Amino acid sequence: MIEGNVWKFGRDIDTDLIIAGRYCNISDPDELAKHVFEDFDPTFAGRFVPGDVIVAGANFGCGSSREVAPLCLKAAGVAAVVAPFFARIFYRNAINIGLPIFELPDAARCFGQGQGIRINPDTGTVVNLSDGTSLQAVAFPEFMQKIIGAGGLLQYAGERLRGQGNDR
Amino acid sequence: MAMTMTEKILAAHAGLSEVHPGQIINAKVDLVLANELSAVVAIEEFGKIKGAVKVFDPRKVVIVPDHFTPNKDIQSAQVAKKVREFALAQRTLYFEVGRTGIEHVLLPEQGLVRPGMLVIGGDSHTCTYGGVGAFATGVGSTDVAVAWALGEVWLKVPPTIRLEFRGKKRPWVSGKDLILYAVGRLGVDGATYSALEFTGEGIAELNVAERLTMANMAVEAGAKNGIFAVDAKTESYVRTATERPYTIYQSDAEAEYAETIVFDLADIEPQVAFPHLPSNNKPVAQAGDLPIDQVVIGSCTNGRIEDLRVAAALLKGKKVHPRVRCIVIPGTQKVYLQALQEGLLETFIQADCVVSTPTCGPCLGGHMGILAEGERCVSTTNRNFVGRMGHVQSEVYLAGPAVAAASALSGQISGPQEL
Repeated sequence: MIEGNVWKFGRDIDTDLIIAGRYCNISDPDELAKHVFEDFDPTFAGRFVPGDVIVAGANFGCGSSREVAPLCLKAAGVAAVVAPFFARIFYRNAINIGLPIFELPDAARCFGQGQGIRINPDTGTVVNLSDGTSLQAVAFPEFMQKIIGAGGLLQYAGERLRGQGNDR
Repeated sequence: MAMTMTEKILAAHAGLSEVHPGQIINAKVDLVLANELSAVVAIEEFGKIKGAVKVFDPRKVVIVPDHFTPNKDIQSAQVAKKVREFALAQRTLYFEVGRTGIEHVLLPEQGLVRPGMLVIGGDSHTCTYGGVGAFATGVGSTDVAVAWALGEVWLKVPPTIRLEFRGKKRPWVSGKDLILYAVGRLGVDGATYSALEFTGEGIAELNVAERLTMANMAVEAGAKNGIFAVDAKTESYVRTATERPYTIYQSDAEAEYAETIVFDLADIEPQVAFPHLPSNNKPVAQAGDLPIDQVVIGSCTNGRIEDLRVAAALLKGKKVHPRVRCIVIPGTQKVYLQALQEGLLETFIQADCVVSTPTCGPCLGGHMGILAEGERCVSTTNRNFVGRMGHVQSEVYLAGPAVAAASALSGQISGPQEL
């Protein structure tokens, strides 16, 4: 169960805003986390409470394919990102590295900054703890559930490589 | 079943006779690209895949150090070193400084991307290769690592949106203006998860460089890929680059499209996209009086010889406005040499431009032209997000090479017709 407070963001939050290009030569997730959302709000990294949840508008993660974007959110302790939908490369990257994301069409309207949120990752039920509203996230396609179930794409790939019968 | 060319390429690579939008497939990849920034993360991830020791086929793995090269600082040098060692140990295709260039200018030029191929790359602008009739899409580093190991990628078959351009281009309008206009119409999420297929008589008139420019920015509308039909111009371009074989897939006349959007080229003037979204476009004639500090001509969007020719034609015999720093970045060593032989470099230098070695550099705020607080830049790159090219209070205006060169001369955002 994911439970924390909501940090609200608008729509079209791009990956340059999540982590600026000038930091893309950093590999250490904890170092990256110090610069998360720096160009959006330089005080964000200092104020964000690990375990809290980002609730954003549509098209979260648009722009660059940089995987350090979901990586630094995860390292900063973001428990989940909830948005009506995600830009496609960010969506793949988040699933691949194990940053929980949930597609919720009414996300922006149903949550305010600082409100309590509880998410059941197994059922996709999202509850606003401040007003009791219960919402249902869009279910992941069966294939994605298989990847998530295998423990991420790398584990899935390892199994598939073994299936190919030609460990390289 | 009638299919679009995107669907045909995906079906062929998944070993299926047909596919339909929404279907998830495992597809064989013909080429896996990474730059130094995506590769350095992918190398770590590759090491975590149980049983993965060698890449599936070193001739189908290409690594291009281009973002922060020539190394801009120690951190970048460390990254480049790690990536170089991996590439050499794995014997992948690899382009060192001196032979390298901006990945999406380099690969078509080298004949490494050809019609009908399925290409994935650890860079969002991998979609550029749809310009030569390939299916190409950007992915993250973990997807790159898995493709290195397996030689395949999982993909959801996208619905296709057809963009039809009718009529004839107006003077000074280039592929960049068409794509800025189209992204403006679609919005930055208007094509999310979809394929964009560029069609119509206006498209047939475009040279391959302009098609690569347009496919390059498909991702700015959220698209998975952008794609163009293969014609005599494509084949001539590819044949100049390589003798290696390729397969032509054309969309069936009865193929199903999610939507068709028709553009009349008579409506499209030279464009400029205002901060801070690529979709925030307007005709340059309506830009108003906006003094500028810098111009960048280059990038994976507009760093080809055709782009430099357009800029040089406007700059020839003139001087860049005294307040403006004009930075010209040929996309590859070959483009650089060609620009030298054609006398374009002399034109640029005589006009007081600085000419840089190939690099992505300033486009993503890396190096070679970072903006200070309050500065304004007209750039032929592809993104104008907050802080993209430097200080969070700086501004990037996206345009084609003609508007960029004209603005460099006048010192404010202006079109070539105003010169």
